[in-house]
Amino acid sequence: MSAELEHLPPAPVGGKLVTPTTAVLFGLVLAMVGVLAMRFTQGLGAVTNLNNGYPWGLWIAYDVVAGSALAAGGFTTALLVYILNRGEYHPLIRPALVAALLGYVQAGASVMFDLGRWWDFWHLFLPKYAQVNSVLFEVAVCISAYTLIIAIELMPVVLERLGLESPRKKLNRVLFVFVAIGVLLPTMHQSSLGTLLVVFGPQVHPLYQSNWLPLLFLSSTMGMGFAAVTIEGAISAAGLRRPFEKELLGKLLQIGRVLIGVFLLVRFGDLLCRGKLGLAFTPSLPALTFWLENLLLSVPLWLLATKRHRTSARRVFYGAMAMALGGIVYRLSAFLVAYDTGAGWHYFPSVGELTVTVGLIAFEVLAIIIAVRVLPILPAAATAPASAQRPS
Amino acid sequence: MSIDRRGFLKLAGTTATAAVAGTAVTAEARPPKVMPEEAVGLLFDGTLCVGCRACMPACKQANDMPPELTPLKVGPTGETNAVWDAPLDISGHTLNVIRAYRSGEGTKKDQVEDGFAFSKKSCLHCVDPSCVSACPVSAMTKDPRTGIVGYSVEACIGCRYCVAACPFGVPRFTFDTPTPKISKCQLCKHRFADGHYAACAEVCPTGATLFGKVKDLKAEIARRRSLAPGTSTTFPRGRIDGPDSYVGTVGKYVERTYGEKEIGGTQVMHLSGVPFELLDKPELPSVSPASTSESIQHGIYYGLLAPMGFLGVLVAAARRTMLERGVEPPETPPPPKSSSSGGTP
Repeated sequence: MSAELEHLPPAPVGGKLVTPTTAVLFGLVLAMVGVLAMRFTQGLGAVTNLNNGYPWGLWIAYDVVAGSALAAGGFTTALLVYILNRGEYHPLIRPALVAALLGYVQAGASVMFDLGRWWDFWHLFLPKYAQVNSVLFEVAVCISAYTLIIAIELMPVVLERLGLESPRKKLNRVLFVFVAIGVLLPTMHQSSLGTLLVVFGPQVHPLYQSNWLPLLFLSSTMGMGFAAVTIEGAISAAGLRRPFEKELLGKLLQIGRVLIGVFLLVRFGDLLCRGKLGLAFTPSLPALTFWLENLLLSVPLWLLATKRHRTSARRVFYGAMAMALGGIVYRLSAFLVAYDTGAGWHYFPSVGELTVTVGLIAFEVLAIIIAVRVLPILPAAATAPASAQRPS
Repeated sequence: MSIDRRGFLKLAGTTATAAVAGTAVTAEARPPKVMPEEAVGLLFDGTLCVGCRACMPACKQANDMPPELTPLKVGPTGETNAVWDAPLDISGHTLNVIRAYRSGEGTKKDQVEDGFAFSKKSCLHCVDPSCVSACPVSAMTKDPRTGIVGYSVEACIGCRYCVAACPFGVPRFTFDTPTPKISKCQLCKHRFADGHYAACAEVCPTGATLFGKVKDLKAEIARRRSLAPGTSTTFPRGRIDGPDSYVGTVGKYVERTYGEKEIGGTQVMHLSGVPFELLDKPELPSVSPASTSESIQHGIYYGLLAPMGFLGVLVAAARRTMLERGVEPPETPPPPKSSSSGGTP
């Protein structure tokens, strides 16, 4: 079926917009708005458990660091299709870019909720204030620029929907430049998201602190990006009663496996070279999360070991889930568990913080549902929806 | 068509770009920063401190900060009706605290067993500060002449990367307001023009907190260390180059001067009669995390050469794929032959 599917043009999925699912999602978004109203009128302390020992919490560690890594499918798929000329992955490019746009908008929104003096955020873009030695400066400027680039990469979809043929053709002539920048920028900021930890020095547990953080974050991000594209494929197959392109996605995960292999090799190699691997066997919370994330990331290595494994819908789905989850745990641990500013400081996200994170995810899912139903994002399903394959 | 060996190699090459940049770290290493010639700072001598805490309200007054009311248990039943301006730690509203170490009976000053000792917590004004390296909008700055680590609320966006980065836990954020800011000691630089200096040193009755040029303070540390403990000597009070002094007793110091080497050295230095571990002073390496972080960033982004080169490769590849080979951009490809319309053009 997938061979046939690859050649089908994207088309709106159609269907009802108001369903029990979308209603629940909308409710979660409303709850987030309530919490944010308090945050913006009374300060961060009123709704978060942030403190001067843990000044960064869930909104940064999950929504920005992990969230943007899950959105990496946008650039990794573009890299495959447009840079490495792997046309077979072309059907995945639109859903991957839409997910990337929403993921980065989520990250950007989160940053605005988290910034104490959010009304001055534009200082980041003024040469007068720019501090080019700051890792965060590079991350912030790069993420902002990339969010614009994704929007440009998706413009043909909107122009097509609006029937603006002439601007669409003109844009298509120069789109390759934006596609190229759209691969460069995430390579830069996804690695820098890891470098953010370097200046924390000894405050980050030696199992996590490393001069190889840029490569560790980049390789795991790319794996997570492929995993996220696979999971999105599985969910849209189940939710929208469409075929699950397990063979194509299985191939995608094969590349993800190589990248995760690089991650594990660098991570363990670096610890061996620094003589810190012993700490992984000393009971501590960072040691526990260290094994948890590395085991999760290792799951796809054996679960999807053979070509046959990679055509099993179940294995492809669970392999992708483990890869994505391992990457998320790695990021949360690095920023919140391995980060320790000394005795007396504790942090666990508050109900308010969780409400905002869940609300943002709900907003994202809601937007994807509406987008694929209204816009030509997914390849048209020629076969009857009833024969659709489920991921599990 | 499955991804072939060549595709893998190319992909690996892309990933390796970061690795190459990573190894460039050593080549482009950012050298550690050096102490400015005219740097000013503080010397805190714990053996001279009597724990009067006069420096704390003086600091609040000089920096226009509100009291932090702490309910304290008093009386035989421990009722909590007494409220004091008694901050236990620095915070968004407190830049300086005196804290005590106590063990056993707590009667012998500057002794580990059955003793007590005082320590001061406030910004150490690092030679190579993590907060300055972290700040994305130049709100944290290091004065090139005095070396004072200053903060500009006008530039700040409230990201709190400085709070997270400082290994001494110094910059503090006001989480309790919708218009927050960072609070940290700036050595009362706003009072210099009026002939004043750090208020904590100005009011200190014993000269335990002493203000002055770092080179003078270092000479003073060497002088105190050269004297026999228990003998009498003259201690300057207020500022080291000022007129005020008194005769006191030389303390018995532990070997280390805190701030001499920590993350590349600081302009506020501490002498103590008890080991610094007991005073909640973190054990830190002599290499500044800021120099490590900036070496990695400069290694990858030096002159933007690597990113620009990489971009050139990407543009060429994308152009070839999209324009010459005609791989469709993210838009609708021509209708498939198997479409149900039946008709052929």
